[in-house]
Amino acid sequence: MSPPNNRYTSTAKTLHWLMAVLLLGTLAMGFYMTDLPFSPEKLQLYSWHKWAGITVFLLALIRLAWRLRYPPPPLPATTPRWQHWASHTAHWALYALMLAIPLSGWLMSSAKGVPTVWFGVIPIPDLLSRDLALGETLQTVHITLNWLLIALLIAHVGAALKHHWLDRDTVLLRMLPQFKHRQGELS
Amino acid sequence: MKSIAGIIALSAALVTNAYALEYNQVQPEASEIRFSYTQMGVTMRGGFSRFTGELRFNPEQLEQAYVMIEVDLASIDTGIREADTEVTQPVWLHTEAFPTARFESSAVEALDEQNYTVSGHLTIKGTTQDISVPASFAAENGVGGFSGAFRINRADFAIGEGMWASFDMVANAVEVQFQITATGGD
Repeated sequence: MSPPNNRYTSTAKTLHWLMAVLLLGTLAMGFYMTDLPFSPEKLQLYSWHKWAGITVFLLALIRLAWRLRYPPPPLPATTPRWQHWASHTAHWALYALMLAIPLSGWLMSSAKGVPTVWFGVIPIPDLLSRDLALGETLQTVHITLNWLLIALLIAHVGAALKHHWLDRDTVLLRMLPQFKHRQGELS
Repeated sequence: MKSIAGIIALSAALVTNAYALEYNQVQPEASEIRFSYTQMGVTMRGGFSRFTGELRFNPEQLEQAYVMIEVDLASIDTGIREADTEVTQPVWLHTEAFPTARFESSAVEALDEQNYTVSGHLTIKGTTQDISVPASFAAENGVGGFSGAFRINRADFAIGEGMWASFDMVANAVEVQFQITATGGD
């Protein structure tokens, strides 16, 4: 059954917030771990970072599949056309990055000669053989894509807050877990 | 006629190689010493690019067989570039004080025509352990090849002390694989 067309499914909300926590955690870990001196903690964080990255990739696939089956509610009718366009572009760019960033990290890891074993149990095949120069290039790609992700996340959060505080519509609220019950008083 | 003579000459050469030749010149550039270890569930491969060896091996005179391999530890490739310098540090291999790892045989035993057990002493970072290494031998046109693998525990040689001593991150077992090529000489 599809929910009314002004609401997200609870699955979509769960995936959104799970992803939010995972993305921020993985990003922070990524920036923190690279500057650490060589140590067991560093190796541990690298492994965790890779495990989280693969999880992000899989969750992004699930999310996309879910989104195709249950399209998100439309933006308020009053939204200017350029904002429609910006919102669509930003969302699809975010999805693209949720796939491209783990992919670039995985390829970088392969090129640097370190295979990825998800949760230390499930080996992910190496698509590239060891090539340190290619590894450096992929590292630059990985970092650049992450800065792009940060920029888009700032825009995403900024737009959500603008909808809430300036436009005073339900665009932010409808992504919150309790929206179902407060809908009446807010609309 | 030519081809018959050729076959006779070749057979003679093979017989000579198989039964009389003593292999005593290690060819490091045609040889390989590699290793693998596990880091948080991930199997990593590495190797050494510089080593030298002494050899005396005639399958007919095993009681005189002798092999010594000395590995320049600073030539290590751990599979992770950042780790290559880290493992030269005192907590790992301490290459400044112990620049080489050395294996020296004490006895060679034949299991069958191709397979041997080489017993000897392995010295790494000032610690010597008795080990026995399985090695298979094959020769062709005067070039002999010895290959095999054996396992050591890094903790037995204090490789990875202090914060690295726990096996959670880097496992204790290290498998060493070798392929040593040797030719005969006088």
